[in-house]
Amino acid sequence: MGIYLDNQATTPMSDEVKAVYLEALGTIGNPSAVHQAGQRARAQVEDARARVATALGCDTVEVIFTSGGTEAINQALKGAVWAKKRSEGRDAITRVVTTGAEHNATLDALGWLAEQEGTDIVYAALTSEAVIDLVHLESILESQEVTMVSSLLANNEVGSIQPVEALCALAREHKTPVHIDAVAACGYLPIDFSALGASAMSVSAHKVGGPVGVGALLLSRTAPEIQALHHGGEQQRGRSGTIDMAGAVAFAAALEIQERNRLTQVDHLRQMRDYLLEGLTTACPQVIVRGSLDERLPGNAHLTVPGCEGDVLLYLFDQHEIHVSTGSACQAGVPEASHVLIAMGVGASEARGALRFSMGYSVTKSDLDAVIRAFPSVVEKASSAGLAAG
Amino acid sequence: MKVLAAMSGGVDSAVAAARAVEAGHDVVGVHLALSRMPGTLRTGSRGCCTIEDSMDARRVADMLGIPFYVWDFSERFAQDVVQDFIDEYREGRTPNPCMRCNQHIKFDAVLERGIALGFDAIATGHYASVVEGPQGKELHRAATWAKDQSYVLGVLTTQQLEYCYFPLATTPSKADVRKEATDRGFVVATKPDSHDICFIPDGDTRGWLAERVGAEAGEVLSMDGEVVGSHKGAAAFTVGQRKGLHLGFPADDGQPRYVLEVRPKTNEVVVGPKEALAVSALVGATMSFAGANPADSGYADDLSDDDGFACESFSVHVQVRAHADPVAATARVVGGEMVITLDAPLLGVAPGQSAVIYVGTRVVGQCTIDRTESALASSSPRA
Repeated sequence: MGIYLDNQATTPMSDEVKAVYLEALGTIGNPSAVHQAGQRARAQVEDARARVATALGCDTVEVIFTSGGTEAINQALKGAVWAKKRSEGRDAITRVVTTGAEHNATLDALGWLAEQEGTDIVYAALTSEAVIDLVHLESILESQEVTMVSSLLANNEVGSIQPVEALCALAREHKTPVHIDAVAACGYLPIDFSALGASAMSVSAHKVGGPVGVGALLLSRTAPEIQALHHGGEQQRGRSGTIDMAGAVAFAAALEIQERNRLTQVDHLRQMRDYLLEGLTTACPQVIVRGSLDERLPGNAHLTVPGCEGDVLLYLFDQHEIHVSTGSACQAGVPEASHVLIAMGVGASEARGALRFSMGYSVTKSDLDAVIRAFPSVVEKASSAGLAAG
Repeated sequence: MKVLAAMSGGVDSAVAAARAVEAGHDVVGVHLALSRMPGTLRTGSRGCCTIEDSMDARRVADMLGIPFYVWDFSERFAQDVVQDFIDEYREGRTPNPCMRCNQHIKFDAVLERGIALGFDAIATGHYASVVEGPQGKELHRAATWAKDQSYVLGVLTTQQLEYCYFPLATTPSKADVRKEATDRGFVVATKPDSHDICFIPDGDTRGWLAERVGAEAGEVLSMDGEVVGSHKGAAAFTVGQRKGLHLGFPADDGQPRYVLEVRPKTNEVVVGPKEALAVSALVGATMSFAGANPADSGYADDLSDDDGFACESFSVHVQVRAHADPVAATARVVGGEMVITLDAPLLGVAPGQSAVIYVGTRVVGQCTIDRTESALASSSPRA
């Protein structure tokens, strides 16, 4: 498989999770069916729900399984806006505060709300490290009525960890519900949903070694009501659709393994990250490390290479069987210019040369040595290929 | 050799890539994202850079077992092809955007990146041949006249030719390519050919131009300068155009009238009879030679540089459109311009078009026509 350093895109499933997943797939019965086969399937779902709740520090009833992080985020944001309109009327003013460095699931859902529902989207300022400016956030909360604040727990591109405890405390003072997008952070940072005091949080299974197509919305029992995205039986609290039992079971297993790894190996991962960043910046001193240096996801290394196109860098690493990412979303195979870097104030031309290395707990020093060894020739070739717009 | 296969998602480039793989080359597939706002689905035969096309190309690459990437050249395309198209029409000229794309994108920006990344050749699905001649690589027409695309490759330079690989060169017919694609199990085997301007997906070139060039009502003049009608914007007209003049009354001789000249500066369109469209010479300063230049090839006897680049005249055939018949002519370079004197007059040639010159089946070079000389004895040169 080569050297896989794109764990923030998706994380390989361990044999242990695969075995659990396969076994669960063998269980017959719709978890919502009344008969005993259904009850056995349901029991596995509820067991998985309890384990996810334990891992993330919330009550079982607060875990709603979804089809992934995107659904969870859409549900949290649209659900909050729609609930307000339902209780206060279609013309009620709805306003969501977020930042320009959120994942597309958030930005696009909010773009849709602005267009279709007239929701006012307010962007809190960011530092040059893609960290939310709480002073600015406070001024927004003081001056306007806000339906919801939505923030990443850690940025999925540049890895910067957000001050979510302070953010939630601030929002609480203004009685404003908070949604936290923890998709990139889950499994790498400690998460205690209850202690944090957010209203909602989104997580995804395949970012922690579980299957694609499963995720969860954590919805606080004290959170304001939200409206469902789709309707048809409400098999879970506020969520319709047959529950993916095997997916939930595999998610729970993967999350537990990931948590175990986190508790025992997070220091190793941090050391590997720092080793990689040190190696890359020494090999090519012109590169610029992006994101926070101190408060950063343990497995994330992100940099820009001046005068190079990210997709060319990616291609050249690919020829070495080293699989990395530009970090930004793709449209039909074309990496978009990173809106995160742009939101951080990086120039459009510089933002094009982005590279993200996202490591899993199994990363080894020899993997990273291969990356560091290849880097100078990759940069040299990419530099000679130049910028497409050049 | 290490081959970069440009894959549009169409059947030709799919079969070209397959043949490159089969020939034992180390092939990497690349789809060019040229539109900033790609449509999701292809509609009929229009357009060539929708997301569906990109997925078709990827599927073929998967079946061939070759790596596949999408390269974003949308900025370059917007600047060098789309904006050029608009600017040319604004100047009253009639550009060929496919040639601009070959000139600036496929065989320039893409090739340049390919070379920098270590590729030895770029393979495309063009129907044309690269032949090893006595003075190096030569560009020739495809084996099948009907599918020949050497005209749109006329802009290739000697250096670019060194890297060109056209695996469909000797294919007898498009039907053979489709059959081969079917036999290989490619989903694109029955995909319609694209034959419109890819960045004008609804095919309404005039409407598209009017939005961008701007359209202001102006006068339609006869050759004598008499006002014979009005139009809604000169830039949307092309020399040789007959339809859409809306003059309301017939010419004195009752014959149909054609656009003879577009004058964007004064927003005037000049019309006249068909015979006034006849031109006897084509002149252009922007030229290139594909392969060895005419003097080195033995077509012209002398090449002197005392007046810029100049050469003795030599016999050629000239083609002014992708599907036009070539006509006999004499070409020479004088005072930094290529002057192509036609043996017999040619109708409706517009400034902005490319005149590609051939000797036999070989493409020698081309120029972008800046002006033509009318075949009517009394007329002066038109620009």
